[in-house]
Amino acid sequence: MNHFKIFSTAAATTLLAPAAMAQGIDAKVNEAFATVTGPFVNFIFAPIPGTSFPWIVLWLVAAATIFSIYFGFVQFRFFGHAIRLVKGDYSDPNDAGEVSHFQALATALSGTVGLGNIAGVAVAVGIGGPGATFWMILAGLLGMASKFTECTLGVKFRNEYADGSVSGGPMYYISKGFTQLGLPGGKILAVLFAIFCILGSLGGGNMFQSNQAHAQIANIVGDYPGWITGIVFAAIVYAVIVGGIKSIANVTEKIVPFMGILYVGSALVILIVNYHLIGWAIGQVFAGAFTGLGVAGGMVGALIQGFRRAAFSNEAGVGSAAIAHSAVKTKEPITEGFVSLLEPLIDTVVICTMTALVIIISQQLIMEETSGHYLMNEAGTGIATVGGNTGVALTSAAFGSSISWFPYLLAVAVILFAFSTMISWSYYGLKAWTYLFGEGKTTELLFKIIFCVFVVIGAAASLGPVIDFSDAAIFAMAVVNIAALYPLMKLVKAELDSYSARLKSGEIRAFKH
Amino acid sequence: MSVRIIVGLDGTETGERALAFARDLASHYEACEITVAYVIEWSPFTFQTAEENEKRHKRREEEISIATTRIVAPAVDALKEAGFNASGVVKHGDVAETLNRIAADNNASQIVVGRTSSGSITKRIFGSASQNLVVMASVPVTVVV
Repeated sequence: MNHFKIFSTAAATTLLAPAAMAQGIDAKVNEAFATVTGPFVNFIFAPIPGTSFPWIVLWLVAAATIFSIYFGFVQFRFFGHAIRLVKGDYSDPNDAGEVSHFQALATALSGTVGLGNIAGVAVAVGIGGPGATFWMILAGLLGMASKFTECTLGVKFRNEYADGSVSGGPMYYISKGFTQLGLPGGKILAVLFAIFCILGSLGGGNMFQSNQAHAQIANIVGDYPGWITGIVFAAIVYAVIVGGIKSIANVTEKIVPFMGILYVGSALVILIVNYHLIGWAIGQVFAGAFTGLGVAGGMVGALIQGFRRAAFSNEAGVGSAAIAHSAVKTKEPITEGFVSLLEPLIDTVVICTMTALVIIISQQLIMEETSGHYLMNEAGTGIATVGGNTGVALTSAAFGSSISWFPYLLAVAVILFAFSTMISWSYYGLKAWTYLFGEGKTTELLFKIIFCVFVVIGAAASLGPVIDFSDAAIFAMAVVNIAALYPLMKLVKAELDSYSARLKSGEIRAFKH
Repeated sequence: MSVRIIVGLDGTETGERALAFARDLASHYEACEITVAYVIEWSPFTFQTAEENEKRHKRREEEISIATTRIVAPAVDALKEAGFNASGVVKHGDVAETLNRIAADNNASQIVVGRTSSGSITKRIFGSASQNLVVMASVPVTVVV
């Protein structure tokens, strides 16, 4: 608790700084941040020579497609089985009290469902137009196979310690899997993954969250310096991850699922009320997917945005979910793979699509009546919107146009989602950190403090550099993870073949029918 | 053939009365085994943090060990001392469902439980563990007040 005291005293002192200086701090943080992260961001989003298509997007989609084909579209064949696993039909009653499939899935989902679904989709549709939705859904469906591959490996190669606690994730399956196959370079790739995982946890899992949480609060109470939100958030995160105040995390973990249901429910209500526009909206999605409807970059622009935001939202191929799914109690690693393939479906195909449809139907994107094309904003960075909203503000305005009090609910949801995502990612980052530097109180504390500092930086910086760095760091994880998944996928295939055979022969039986 | 009675304990006074009732009942049989059961309320459909999941196995072992040493083992020892044939079991799960399964797995002829107080709203809506057990049990149930 001493750390907490020191921290809050420091926070209080900083809060007393004059307001004029405050805006200056934001600008300085922003500038320094953009300069430092620029080269890394540029490398990750470099286009394929001769095109405007970022190689990283191709990398993710190609992997998801290859895994889908290699495993014979496991996401569709074993979809029903995955649902039965989550329901607990195949769970041994003697394992009651251990981590269930449902719990592992819910924990992983609380790390992915969040701002990617609310703000990320708004960014995709705001830049790529309604057509981005089509590519987002496609990426979500294909991504189910990537998730299946990585989560099966996560459980298969996790570390189980003497006291029964477990640690898993790409760093473990890369190094152990490569050793098993007699391949060189496993350790190097694992270390590289761990480094990017730490960056990802500080970027998408942290700065993007605090940035958008601040934007949402400022949207309601009026503009004020971001670092203030940052310090408040950092103090709460610190209280949970360092102070060990479980009650905050527990409350969040219990409210977040209801917020998710409320969010999807509200979106459904808006869609039902505007049922006469649904046909038109779906038409816009398909037309935009193949023509672009005048957005920057046309069809390719829509595709890039859709794929990029889908990957950022469901994290398929990134490797983060493998860390969360590893804790499940099962004798068959592949069962958790089946369960995990539901994640991109819930996250991207259901929730993201809801957000996108509400934004399209609420007609927040300004369209030129005569041509049916969307108008660009003044800066030329995206589609012009009613009131010039982007990111979470666009989603808020879209929902608010049908349900006037919704922005308040959304503000609460965004803060809670942001918070639960931060807690999840602080864990992923910590696992990578301890993989590199070993477990120990001091090394763990150091990471947690760094994590809290980045909460403040994220809230103070502007959306552009934050979202670029967040994406870049998370995609860098995918570069390493997917490179390792290719040689390792035959191990998953062996598991799949053996499991399907035993399921067919009746050797694997449900405990409940 | 020996008769088996399952006694569901919950660490309260009514649980003790259920145990006393079962003893009394068992003394009427020539050969009777009493299984003392304690169910740790647990659901596979809750929301937990990644950190809780990581430590879950260890927590479960601790929960079982505490329930065994504090509640089940003393009851079994007392029964054995009194000359009864007794065993103990600690499980996680829904209390009613799990007690019923323990009874089924052990071919028990009946279950004895204490009445749980029904003060809270959730219990008023969803019923208490003993109410649920009476409704779903596959063997006769005695609820001791």
